[in-house]
Amino acid sequence: MSATTGAADASRPPAILCRGLAKRYADVRAVDGLDLEVRYGECFGLLGPNGAGKTTTIEILEGLTVPDAGEVRILGRQWGTDERELRARLGISLQETRFSEKLTVYETLDLFRSLYPRGRDPELLLADLALEEKRDARVGKLSGGQRQRLAVACALAGDPEILFLDEPTTGLDPQSRLQLWEKMETFRAAGRTVLLTTHYMDEAERLCDRVAVVDHGKIIAQGAPADLVAELHAPHIVEFASEPALSAEDLKALPGVRDCRRRDDRWFVSVASLVDAVPALLSRLDRGGAKLLSLSTHRATLEDVFISLTGRELRDD
Amino acid sequence: MTRRRFPLYALTRARVLEFIREPEAVFWVFAFPVIMALVLGFAFRDHAPDRIPVGVAGGPGLAPLGGAALQSPALKTSAFGTLEAGLQALRTGKIALLVEARDPLVYHFDPTRPDARLARLEVDDAIQRAAGRKDPVQFREEPMHEKGSRYIDFLLPGILGLNLMGTGIWGIGFGIVNARLKKTLKLMTATPMRKSEYLLAQIFSRFVFLILEIAVILLFGVLAFGVPIRGSLALLLSTALLGSLAFAGLGLLVAARAQTLEAASGLMNFVMVPMWLLSGVFFSAERFPNAAQPLIRALPLTALNDALRAVMLEGRGLAAIAGQLALLVAWGLVTFGIALKIFRWQ
Repeated sequence: MSATTGAADASRPPAILCRGLAKRYADVRAVDGLDLEVRYGECFGLLGPNGAGKTTTIEILEGLTVPDAGEVRILGRQWGTDERELRARLGISLQETRFSEKLTVYETLDLFRSLYPRGRDPELLLADLALEEKRDARVGKLSGGQRQRLAVACALAGDPEILFLDEPTTGLDPQSRLQLWEKMETFRAAGRTVLLTTHYMDEAERLCDRVAVVDHGKIIAQGAPADLVAELHAPHIVEFASEPALSAEDLKALPGVRDCRRRDDRWFVSVASLVDAVPALLSRLDRGGAKLLSLSTHRATLEDVFISLTGRELRDD
Repeated sequence: MTRRRFPLYALTRARVLEFIREPEAVFWVFAFPVIMALVLGFAFRDHAPDRIPVGVAGGPGLAPLGGAALQSPALKTSAFGTLEAGLQALRTGKIALLVEARDPLVYHFDPTRPDARLARLEVDDAIQRAAGRKDPVQFREEPMHEKGSRYIDFLLPGILGLNLMGTGIWGIGFGIVNARLKKTLKLMTATPMRKSEYLLAQIFSRFVFLILEIAVILLFGVLAFGVPIRGSLALLLSTALLGSLAFAGLGLLVAARAQTLEAASGLMNFVMVPMWLLSGVFFSAERFPNAAQPLIRALPLTALNDALRAVMLEGRGLAAIAGQLALLVAWGLVTFGIALKIFRWQ
């Protein structure tokens, strides 16, 4: 966990500030009255399921989508009047960008570097993102992880103060995710600001100083990941299956049980204390003559926060 | 901090690299016009005029004139056993004229067919000479085969113009729609790049190929068919450049809002097919009715073809084609301006 807020520089104006953001598409309210404040130097995560409005929100903040209502300040500037200055100070990676397949990795990066008035040497960026071996490979030949690293390298080409990343690790293998996470941590450690969207809880918990949980275009919870989990007052999850299965009423009668939910034949029980809940559960099973098929416990995560807030799981798949 | 390339240069270079790494695109730009000129050049190459098929039918009518009565280099004569068989051949167009051999001779032909009227003259001429007619005025024939007035000479500048149109509109249109579909356009707008620079780079990348494109087509014409280049080469290149500018603008306009390759493709055909037909590529635009001429003259491909032919075939100077050049510049500027205004970046 890197949930330390000390890195954020409170003496500077907020890196990103928005109030009352709203955007409709046809009859869908993609963003519905959203307020956000990202401090300079922090890594902030917009967390939510697909279709929650994360991408619309981040693209409004990036100045690529015009909101129907609301106010946006980036580095104290406004999109309408200071677009060129802002563009030079921001690095943006969109969801699912496909670069021209005919150019090489170096050529692509060099092109993006040329679009910024100041920036970083493409060769150094290649080294930073472990793309040196692919320097002269055509983009069309890259793996998904390599393409995503190239996208981040392009976003970094102008040596930005704020890095916007829309689902940077979706669909990547564990090793590629880890490489990108390390890159983002280095960037933030240098005092820069990161805003990312994700539907991966582990990503948010590892990278973000603070997260905002987004659902139906609104922020339903905001804070440091550890604080959000602590607010559940149920820091542990007991996961078990039995034959025959217990009912929800049975479980809620047990001491310290805050909540329970069932997926297939397994129960996930949120409890305040393992030492109280587990023995009680075992004796309840024993009394009912039920056979325990599996039992495990884990600490509550942002996933559990989301479920307790919305009653739904983050990923529908 | 590192050295920095000019964005316009970097964008142009990237577009050029993308293009030359696309083998299909290279084929359409360089090989296609050469193949087209080759096929058409051979199809309409110089050769003796076709002999006109005519027929003779019925009775001994021509016998008194001797077997040589219808021997003429311009005629291909066949004999029919019956008058009905001959008329049948005439009706189905197998022959242009039927001589019914009786006294007096009867010429059956359709005077609305130009070859039939020609056959009437040739047949009568051959028969009268065979019968002993003497021409009161003496003359000598001097056939002309001058280079510069053949069909291939007319065709080659047209193909050059056609190719400049095709590569301009296709090359730029598809490139942009593709970038829009892949969201690279959107990502580009998230950088400090000026939008006009992106569009200008598309046009400049075309100019790089322009030189090669013109060289390939002209060299082919000169070497394979001896097509003359009578005017100034610099003026010819400048004309092609301005034509390319006009079509690049049209390509940008066509691609300005299209969201799919199909939509762009339809729009391109809508723009190009009328010019294929009307702008004097394969035959002179003057064949169309006078009422349509102002419209046809206003098309960029007509202006380009006229100017290219004037320089190449007639050796005309800048003053003679200034009007067409101005028209091409106007097309380029207006389409570029509109495209920049209505362009959809996402």
